[in-house]
Amino acid sequence: MKLRIKFSKKGEMKFIGHLDIMRYFQKALRRAGYDMVYSKGFHPHPVMSFASPLGLGLESLGEYMDIETASALPMDQMQENLDEQMAEGMKILKVVRLDDGAKNSMSIFAGADYRVSFRQGFREADQPESEPRLFSRDQVSTFLAADSILVRKKTKKSEIDLDIRPLIFDMVLEDGGTLFMSLSAGSAANLKPELVISAMCSTFSLAYDPYQLLITRLEMYADQGKDGRRDLVPLDRYQIWQGEKQEDP
Amino acid sequence: MKKLALTDDILLSVEKPARYLGNEINVVMKDLADVKIRFAMCFPDVYEIGMSYLGIQIIYDLLNAREDVWCERVYSPWTDLDAVMRERKIPLFALESQDPVQDFDFLGITIQYEMCYTNILQVLDLSGIPLLARDRKDGDTIVIGGGPCTYNPEPIADFFDIFYIGEGETQYYRLMDLYNESREQGLSRKEFLIRAASIPGLYVPSLYEPTYKEDGTIACVRPLVPGIPEKISRQVVTDLNDVTYPEKPLIPFIKVTQDRIVLEIMRGCIRGCRFCQAGMVYRPDRQRDLSFLIDKAQKMIEATGHDEISLSSLSSSDYACLPELTQYLIDECQKKNINISLPSLRIDAFSLDVMSKVQDVRKSSLTFAPEAGTQRMRNVINKGLTEEDILGGAMQAFIGGWSRIKLYFMLGLPTETDEDVEGIALLADKIASEFYSIPKEERPNSKRVEIVSSTSFFVPKPFTPFQWCRQATKDEFVEKQKLLSRKMHSVLNHRSLKYNWHEFDLSLLEGVFARGDRRLCSVILTAYQNGCIYDAWSEYFKVDVWREAFEKCSVDPAFYIHRERPLDEIFPWDHIDIGVSRRFLEREYKRARQGLITPNCRQSCSGCGCGQYKTGVCYETQD
Repeated sequence: MKLRIKFSKKGEMKFIGHLDIMRYFQKALRRAGYDMVYSKGFHPHPVMSFASPLGLGLESLGEYMDIETASALPMDQMQENLDEQMAEGMKILKVVRLDDGAKNSMSIFAGADYRVSFRQGFREADQPESEPRLFSRDQVSTFLAADSILVRKKTKKSEIDLDIRPLIFDMVLEDGGTLFMSLSAGSAANLKPELVISAMCSTFSLAYDPYQLLITRLEMYADQGKDGRRDLVPLDRYQIWQGEKQEDP
Repeated sequence: MKKLALTDDILLSVEKPARYLGNEINVVMKDLADVKIRFAMCFPDVYEIGMSYLGIQIIYDLLNAREDVWCERVYSPWTDLDAVMRERKIPLFALESQDPVQDFDFLGITIQYEMCYTNILQVLDLSGIPLLARDRKDGDTIVIGGGPCTYNPEPIADFFDIFYIGEGETQYYRLMDLYNESREQGLSRKEFLIRAASIPGLYVPSLYEPTYKEDGTIACVRPLVPGIPEKISRQVVTDLNDVTYPEKPLIPFIKVTQDRIVLEIMRGCIRGCRFCQAGMVYRPDRQRDLSFLIDKAQKMIEATGHDEISLSSLSSSDYACLPELTQYLIDECQKKNINISLPSLRIDAFSLDVMSKVQDVRKSSLTFAPEAGTQRMRNVINKGLTEEDILGGAMQAFIGGWSRIKLYFMLGLPTETDEDVEGIALLADKIASEFYSIPKEERPNSKRVEIVSSTSFFVPKPFTPFQWCRQATKDEFVEKQKLLSRKMHSVLNHRSLKYNWHEFDLSLLEGVFARGDRRLCSVILTAYQNGCIYDAWSEYFKVDVWREAFEKCSVDPAFYIHRERPLDEIFPWDHIDIGVSRRFLEREYKRARQGLITPNCRQSCSGCGCGQYKTGVCYETQD
């Protein structure tokens, strides 16, 4: 059966890269007694896939991983068992069973929310007096008001100008000075939050120091909209198991 | 959540920040209020190497089992972080608490190979601990070394307060108790060290003084204070079924060299290969019970979630219950999709059968270690492996489906002739011929065989029958390696042969340190101060800086390696009692020169001296 696991990754764990997180979960799932389905061959590995790798240094409150098991306990029990195996900074938030025909999270991943704040240590040093702000309210609205925002993006062969404006679904300066962003994601049109920040910095001639900002992924979504209309739904609420389908008499 | 010693910007700008976090699964955290002694256990190389070493895990568990001790880990920061720490004056920290090593009572350093000596100085230096033991004051961290290189600790004697000679399981609690007592009584550092020197196996180098003859050899090594032993005796675990063994080993986040469960099935080796230090200094052969190993395997599988388990020993084929153990592991692990790795097996029908069950024969290669190319040479080194064994084993392997063979040899062995060197190519060629003698249609998956031969340069080691032997010079090594390369190209099946060789500069320096004395301390210090670090990594090995250091200190490396030493020469390590007697080693040295084989411990006892430990194979044979 297909299961989707939602987890958070914070603190020290933000320094553990994606490939190591995969290896970490392989071991944690074993320790938790998950009845994993394995690939065939001399070096079988458990069937698992992640919605989207999280960059090194980013935190997340909403990461997703899909696995396949041969059997399962009730989902809250599964969540508890795996959560017991987590290192400090990792938390299993939810385990849901998916429809047998559900697509994997990587292929349906269409958007993500982020929050940008200062890393610990930087806030005090840079703005000891005033309330720390990444950008002013005016800057955010000026930035969003543009018809197009072109950024240079390296591709395999050359560099292209990419218009990122349509890929920014929403952006709000929150109380406390943090910046909330909802961005397009997935294989079709993926926009990294770092790219948005660096574009804003260059628009307003601000120095961009990637080590200064802490980016937190808040949630990841699938798009269940029809006819070109966007309708984002969190990945743990998409194509979930509705029980055995009953044939109408 | 704990506060890290390094800020985010540093961690994000260095390679593999996970090396420096100390948040691995199964890590031991303690409340400082409950702890009396803080012990930092260090492997002076990069994290991925150090984390792969079972010995640290054993000491980690052993010390942490005591409520009053918190043992944490330290590794050498990689060169990128090393530069940042020096520039920003960040002191080296232990991983678990992230506290500076300088605040610890003990810094324990395991010394597994000679080429890590400058990294020892790196760790001391970054920690802010005086490099020379004589400069340390009351309250400074006590620096204690252990591991195989401490069996001749003299080249690094100036940097350590104590060396622990032997197996760690035996005396650490006594040392911890003594430390607590000494502190309660307000004893000075010197007084504590004098008392420590009376604990069996603990060597305090500052309390012993070597004197030299005019020719530069040792006249004698004398204790400087009364009441401490003249000879320091190696400590040996007598019952391997009744010692700490990790049940919840640490699981690193990043991939390390030994990324698997390690099951140490035995210690010591019955074989008595004359070049092999491990085969001498870990005697006697002591085996763990099958039930002990099965219990530990189960617990570690549950506690780690690792997908691979590996046996560890010097010669797994000599483990008495190997068929039962492998059968158990195959049944248990295949059910759970855990891979099994079986290193150091002799190639025979049994091991081929087992290996075919645990690996994909089409993709894997088989390894033989004949060590020498001719039977004469193999007799000299007491490698009880005949050409018949090798060719027969290879043929069985080919029939079993393998078509890639790896061979390990040494160049520069004592008494070696050109014929012995060329014999390596001839042996590789004969193995290939065995393959091609199989009719084409019956050959395993590939129609060709690949024989990969590797040579390393022989380094004579202390406490081996070859401790008297001269090491070949660089020019001789070059000649031998060229001779072998030419021969490899001229034999019948040369297209099926590949040949790799090791660097000779490293082997020569390793030789100097292996059999060196205290006068080398200044050379190592000078080389470190002039930028040498991570010498075991060829990209960082600076042969010129080392050469200058020897010149500046007026130390001639040839004195230590290129002399055949007289039988009555006093060695810098003679005050260490390793268990095997000098008389036995001398007898073996003479038998080597005559090309005489000595039977292994299970066939008959040769009276090496390790019977004094009253355990293991020495007792079996007496039954």
